[in-house]
Amino acid sequence: MPAIEVRDLQKTYYVYRKREGLLASVKGLFHRDYKEVRAVDGVSFTIETGEMVAFLGPNGAGKTTTLKLLSGLVFPTAGEATALGHVPWKRENSYRRRFSLVMGQKNQLWWDLPAQESFRLHKEIYRIDANEFDRRLDELTSLLEVRQLIGQPVRELSLGERMRMELIAALLHSPDLLLLDEPTIGLDVVSQRRVQEFLKHYQAERKITVLLTSHYMKDVEALCERAIIINEGKIKHDGPLDDLVDRFSRHKIMDLQFDGVSVPEDISQYGRVIESRPPRVKLEVPRNQIPEILSALLSRYNIEDVGVQERPLEEVIAEMFEADKSENAATAVEVTAGESR
Amino acid sequence: MLAAARINWIILRTCLEERLVYRADFAFATLMRFLPIVTQIFLWGAIYANAPTEKMNGYSYGDMVAYYLLAMVGRAFSSMPGLASGIARDVRDGTIKKFLTQPIDMLGYLFWHRVAHKLVYYLVATGPFVLVFYLCRDYFTGWPDGMTIAAFVASLAMAFLMGFLIESLIGLISFWFLEVTSLLFIYMMINYFLSGHMIPLDWLGGFGEAVAYLPFKYLAYFPAAIMLGHYSPSELGFELCIELCWVIGLLIVNRIAFARGVRRYGAFGG
Repeated sequence: MPAIEVRDLQKTYYVYRKREGLLASVKGLFHRDYKEVRAVDGVSFTIETGEMVAFLGPNGAGKTTTLKLLSGLVFPTAGEATALGHVPWKRENSYRRRFSLVMGQKNQLWWDLPAQESFRLHKEIYRIDANEFDRRLDELTSLLEVRQLIGQPVRELSLGERMRMELIAALLHSPDLLLLDEPTIGLDVVSQRRVQEFLKHYQAERKITVLLTSHYMKDVEALCERAIIINEGKIKHDGPLDDLVDRFSRHKIMDLQFDGVSVPEDISQYGRVIESRPPRVKLEVPRNQIPEILSALLSRYNIEDVGVQERPLEEVIAEMFEADKSENAATAVEVTAGESR
Repeated sequence: MLAAARINWIILRTCLEERLVYRADFAFATLMRFLPIVTQIFLWGAIYANAPTEKMNGYSYGDMVAYYLLAMVGRAFSSMPGLASGIARDVRDGTIKKFLTQPIDMLGYLFWHRVAHKLVYYLVATGPFVLVFYLCRDYFTGWPDGMTIAAFVASLAMAFLMGFLIESLIGLISFWFLEVTSLLFIYMMINYFLSGHMIPLDWLGGFGEAVAYLPFKYLAYFPAAIMLGHYSPSELGFELCIELCWVIGLLIVNRIAFARGVRRYGAFGG
């Protein structure tokens, strides 16, 4: 049974267009121009129970707005959605007891009090049985390695420690659906990895449904097998992460180690050199020409070691958004040209 | 029912703990609020010293001091510093999301948060209040009867509810306008004048009678006037019923404003 079903979901904001300068500010007191921003523009997707899906896109693509719609924070302009069988924006307590929303940039814990006070409040709000609460708190603090910190005021914790406390607060009531918005934003590499490992372990154990947005592709690669790519409010791709690379990446990385101490000077004729540390070199080569290029290189040079890798996911996605942007710009030029005729 | 009571108790307890974190700042702020009371008493002393008659608008200097101190007790219940601006800030910066995504009633939560705020305030302010009343004991005619005291206590409880509901309503307006500082400033000005904080409402003649139909008098004037015996038993019952109607009306308007406000909420800013 699907945990989340979304059909033609739309959310439009009307944003005040403030022009530059003092005079424009004074004029703005009497008349204002509003711009229509389609943050989510007819999005449809389904997520099965127990899936962990990455929701990716550049800033302003509509990821967080979709998460806000699914958590019932905002009402849609049009469309339908159900999460765990509930319409999110009805904000029924029976739904709110079954999901959690964690936003990496927002703090839910009491700033001046130790995290354990916030946890105790959560216990009552979510009506968690006392024994169950103790067991879960013990498990989560141990998994996230913060047991000795729960008595310390939240304001005195580091960002990474605070994020781990936020995750505990979000998971104490054992939600069936977890919505994560940039959970590792601003964290150092060690904290990022700890959060990733924890999420992977927790999801595998509990089989909860997770929808994750992140700009860190390491998070996505470590945690999700499926990705939904959104840009300008519309879904551009929905499928396995591997498909994403196959579909949108026209190149692969060839890692070559030559016999000797140098790299041949004319190596660039086989592909774009992206890194050169003689006798090693990394080339970006067209996917469909790999057999020919490899055969030519092997016949011409003494090569000690060779490897072919996919391009980093973030590069593939960045390229995809760039292509999208150029396409839109071209369409806009065509429309303008057509109108002026 | 029992679960709801437990949640409210835990909210109250947690808020009390939070209020007591910055104890030095809190104690200092509370004590500083007594300075205006003392200066106001001196101000009235100067006004009466130069007055042509011993009584002005039916109030002697002693009556005025007694009125002022009792009005300040009313204010101690009805004033809600930081409530409206706090709601507006939460709406603006998105902190409000925890109330919308968790199975908790935001207004109920804020109410218990405010109760905790007031309890800690009374804990600190009771001593200085008792001292000021003791020093000014000659201006009071003695203890009123039990019925009057009961009505006074009821009026203070409702003054608290009314002050909370008016300020939370101003805070909820931020769902539409985001910034409510100016609105709050206007409310403070009106409140200062029309609640009887500045001068007793019966000094205002016909205008005072007209504004008595508004809810503001219940925030300061009404509790003081009860203790000073300005109302007959039948008038007292009627006024308390009207105050209760205001409380219920404001509660309904708050609920409607919240329900409509969250529909408009854009949750901007991440």
